[in-house]
Amino acid sequence: MSEKVLMKGNEAIAEAAITAGCRHYFGYPITPQTEIAAYMAKRMPKIGGTFLQAESEIAAINMVYGAASAGKRVMTSSSSPGISLKSEGISYLAGSDLPAVIVNAQRGGPGLGGIQPSQSDYFQATRGGGHGDYHILVLAPASVQEMAALTVKAFDLADKWRMPAMILADGTIGQVMEPVTFDFDIAPAPEKPWATTGTELRRPHNIVNSLCLQPEELERQNFARFDRYAQVEKEEPLCEEYLTEDADVVVAAFGIAARVSKNAVDEARRQGIKAGLIRPITLWPFPKANFAKLVGKTKAIITVELSMGQMVEDVLLATKCRIPVEKCNRAGGMIPSSERVLREIVEASQGGEIPW
Amino acid sequence: MLDYGFVIAGFGGQGLLFAGKFLAYAGLLENREVSWLPSYGPEMRGGTANCNVILSDGPIGSPIVSKPNVLMVMNGPSLDRYENSVYIGGRAFVDSTLVTRKIVRDDIYGIYVPATKMADEMGISGLANMILIGSIIRQTKCIKEETIVEALKKVIPASKANLFDANYKAVRAGLDYEVKEDSYGNDIRHDW
Repeated sequence: MSEKVLMKGNEAIAEAAITAGCRHYFGYPITPQTEIAAYMAKRMPKIGGTFLQAESEIAAINMVYGAASAGKRVMTSSSSPGISLKSEGISYLAGSDLPAVIVNAQRGGPGLGGIQPSQSDYFQATRGGGHGDYHILVLAPASVQEMAALTVKAFDLADKWRMPAMILADGTIGQVMEPVTFDFDIAPAPEKPWATTGTELRRPHNIVNSLCLQPEELERQNFARFDRYAQVEKEEPLCEEYLTEDADVVVAAFGIAARVSKNAVDEARRQGIKAGLIRPITLWPFPKANFAKLVGKTKAIITVELSMGQMVEDVLLATKCRIPVEKCNRAGGMIPSSERVLREIVEASQGGEIPW
Repeated sequence: MLDYGFVIAGFGGQGLLFAGKFLAYAGLLENREVSWLPSYGPEMRGGTANCNVILSDGPIGSPIVSKPNVLMVMNGPSLDRYENSVYIGGRAFVDSTLVTRKIVRDDIYGIYVPATKMADEMGISGLANMILIGSIIRQTKCIKEETIVEALKKVIPASKANLFDANYKAVRAGLDYEVKEDSYGNDIRHDW
């Protein structure tokens, strides 16, 4: 599909997954991401793939575990409460060093919450979500084109690092329709000599497992995994910087919040305020270096989030608290308006009181 | 960027999301940047539906239209809810069969089209949405008239291709419907 088409963000994820060679999808319906499952249900049978609506989110993530163990590119998708249910399985995937792609089109929480867009699963996603010492790759698209591009990237990165990768989207980017193309150079999936594909009596058994009862061995595995994570943190952070070079006030936001913020930054520039935008594209690994560069240059950072303020903690860590940070946030399914972000920028540029 | 930002609102089932999609496809055909953002969930099931559409000659920031320069409403509650959000100098297109009141503000323009009555009289009940779209195209020049046919073909699913004629008739009726508006032809695009 190389021509430009109009698609919903959720549909773009599904089409991009298929483009990336994903032939196995296991899911369970939940608003606002059901279009992904609907798209997969329509397409997978026609291309020899598997679409399966499981009996629950927990069943679906364990089917993902099975397909990933067999070395297949596999995906599941859900929204916030459903991701909590999948979190045990995600921990098992991480503990077994399995690549898989998980989509979270976030909605307001906690609990069953609402169905309107949110970014309040930032902590859950970037800190792993399940039990144990682990990370997953977290990618945060801000447009329909990025929904597609980052889905392809998620499959590549998951295979490369043998880690689960999450697309951390939200209800808005899932529902919005924008032009998108699927012109991607698809690299073949790497060899997976560890996969349980049958020995054909020519090699020893492969075992995919996260159980390890010897503490010395389990510790060794954890250290080895974190050596790999350190490599990921060095090589994979992705970030967009917009007009940050000379900016006195930098807005930090991802996903839909970054889109809203960009309008505010443009308007601030028109009013003569040196404003910029820093948009993490990978939330784990967090683009710490981009933030560290702001220290000594930027007078204030405003974090814009659809949550009570979660990424703000990573911003404070990455800047070692050496830049005052102001929160501009809405929660529960509400989205901060560009006008409100603009007001915060104007205030910060005038050196207003910053409570941190 | 100089943009058109639309809010299209009314009851679920009036074809508001479809009308917005039509504009988005037209923009795509004209090689412009476009976005279409629907309301979803209980809002739609409970009766009200709306969508935000942006047509732009440059990159689109937020797909959320908080200050539309074109508002299209097909029920009273939507006019109540969105009238104050319209950008100064913007246009409010009102289905005057369904919405009995006029706009209150004097710094925007109200365009009143009895679209539902017209559709009923033309035997295309249910296509008041596209009559209003025709009127919007006439008054704002937001898309080119020559794009209409192709955009309709794109937005009407293949399985419902037989509905093309009725849709075209509706858009045409809106295009031909003369409304009194002082500022006809003024460029209403604005920076966001």
